[in-house]
Amino acid sequence: MIHLRNVSRQFALGDEIVHALDGIDLDIHAGEYVSVMGPSGSGKSTLLNVVGLLDTPDQGSYQLAGIETVGLPEESRGQLRRDKIGFVFQAYHLIPRLTARENIALPMVLAGMQPAERRVRTDEVLKRLNLWSRADHLPQQLSGGQRQRVAIGRAVVMKPEIILADEPTGNLDSRSGREVMELLEELNASGITLMMVTHDNVLGARAHRHIVFGDGHVVSDDRAMNKNESISA
Amino acid sequence: MNPSAPEITGITWRDSLLFALLVLRRYRFRTSMMLLAMTLAVGSVVAFTALGEGARGFVQNEFSSLGGEMLVVLPGRKQTTGGAPPVMGTSARDVTLADVKALRERLRGAQSVVPLVAGKVEVSANARARDVMIIGSTAEYFAVREMKVMNGNILPEIDDNLAQPVCVIGGKVRDELFGNVQAVGEWIKMGDRRFRIIGVLSGKADASGFDLSDGVLIPVASAQMLFNRQGLFRVMVKPREHYSIDKLQVEVLAGFKDLHQGEEDVTVVKPDSMMKTFDQIFAALTLGIGAIAGISLLVAGVLVMNLTLISVSQRTKEIGLLKALGATNHHIRRLFLLESVLLCMAGALCGVVAGEFLVLIGRMLWPNVPFAAPTWAVVTSVLIALFSGLVFAWLPATRAARQQPVEALAGKMT
Repeated sequence: MIHLRNVSRQFALGDEIVHALDGIDLDIHAGEYVSVMGPSGSGKSTLLNVVGLLDTPDQGSYQLAGIETVGLPEESRGQLRRDKIGFVFQAYHLIPRLTARENIALPMVLAGMQPAERRVRTDEVLKRLNLWSRADHLPQQLSGGQRQRVAIGRAVVMKPEIILADEPTGNLDSRSGREVMELLEELNASGITLMMVTHDNVLGARAHRHIVFGDGHVVSDDRAMNKNESISA
Repeated sequence: MNPSAPEITGITWRDSLLFALLVLRRYRFRTSMMLLAMTLAVGSVVAFTALGEGARGFVQNEFSSLGGEMLVVLPGRKQTTGGAPPVMGTSARDVTLADVKALRERLRGAQSVVPLVAGKVEVSANARARDVMIIGSTAEYFAVREMKVMNGNILPEIDDNLAQPVCVIGGKVRDELFGNVQAVGEWIKMGDRRFRIIGVLSGKADASGFDLSDGVLIPVASAQMLFNRQGLFRVMVKPREHYSIDKLQVEVLAGFKDLHQGEEDVTVVKPDSMMKTFDQIFAALTLGIGAIAGISLLVAGVLVMNLTLISVSQRTKEIGLLKALGATNHHIRRLFLLESVLLCMAGALCGVVAGEFLVLIGRMLWPNVPFAAPTWAVVTSVLIALFSGLVFAWLPATRAARQQPVEALAGKMT
């Protein structure tokens, strides 16, 4: 599903060059549940951005579902993002003037899908995420947990193969956080690959595979391949 | 089509439109400010050009009944230093009926040479009296001015020197002196003389500034007697068809020079070309104030740019999200451009309505002035409004489209 080979990404911070990703090799297979942990500045968010095609590696190769993404034009990357990847952000990133229903339907609107089909899919997602009674509420009328559920609804409505979650419970109280996690895990159980960045060890431990990041390298990967071990050694 | 290469699809025009409309509804303040700016800009172009056109139409109406191309001879020399030609004959030498007779023989290019004497005198009938403008002229005057009578006859075709006591009165004079009574055949007193009414002018008869329906026409020799004055007020010369008016003007001047012992002591003007000059001046004026009002369109355009820029920076995260969800640069630019164009279109329409409303009020307040915004001004201002909506929003919209998704999601503008 996801194959990173020798991927590097560096940023210039003043005069200093920061290697956020320093020659990463990583393979994630369909249906996996992966947590990425590490201290802030370790490159874990950059990894998520690169995997989510929001950011482009400076070098290396990234194959997503068999398609080499490095060197693809922005338009094709956008389309891959739209069709294969669902994002769940810490800050939800709902559009405040759109209702829950409209926020969930947004990816389909952007994809140029017909309204009738959008309606069917949105209804399905609203019911599945237990948001039916909140469908016509604006984000400001929803609780944090409900907002994140709407965001998850938006992430899954295009039936992606991968969900990338960046601190999905970071803004939530523990009960809402647990609900959101259960929802994400349920989605994973139905076959969607789930990759989650968190600095919460308890949360990270729930994943089936744990990747720990430090200084742009994979420090540990409990289901790592030989290559990764040799690098981290 | 190759099924393995899926067609690149994106947000449809319909959805783009709905999306943009929702933004406009949500950001009420920004929307109303931009609407106001565009309304004022387009409205002022419409109103100001209507004002210019109104002034032009007013002048044209007031002076249009001169009856086509003709020359007007004024006694007295127009000074080369400029200034208006003398209104009343003030020169040492009068223009006389003898001059008129000589000119008729001399000028082959003239269809008619019409003498005019003018003055005000008290006119009375039925124990009612009022001061009325008296024009002494000939039967030809009616043809030259394209005037008709509704009752009776025009002035008789008699020798210029024959002073018959007959008159043709204007409609207003008839109403005021006789009411609804048939006036033809009645006698009226002008000064210390009596005249028999032989006709009543029909309708409003404009004659370069004064309204002949409020005047009385008598034979030129009668007027000379009435005012005890030999000198003519004006001589009108109408060219034959296809005869050059400029050539005739030179000939008229030369004619008077000969008749007046080599002295050029008359002024010959072409009211029609004066009229054309007026027309051109007012057309230029309309264009000028239209352009000045057009500057407000430019100002509105700059406002559109600023407000769109603010909108882009306020919605950086939204742009990042749209990108993360797969919106292309092209589509994001289109969303922002649509917002601006929709606003400008609505503003332009409001502006046209507001401008036309002002025009309507102007027409009601001053019915004499034909206020009307020229079509070119309305169409151009609306087009410029739409165009500026596109052009001035292009930069901010492009900036929005260029955002890097990662930074934009974090709320950072690049």
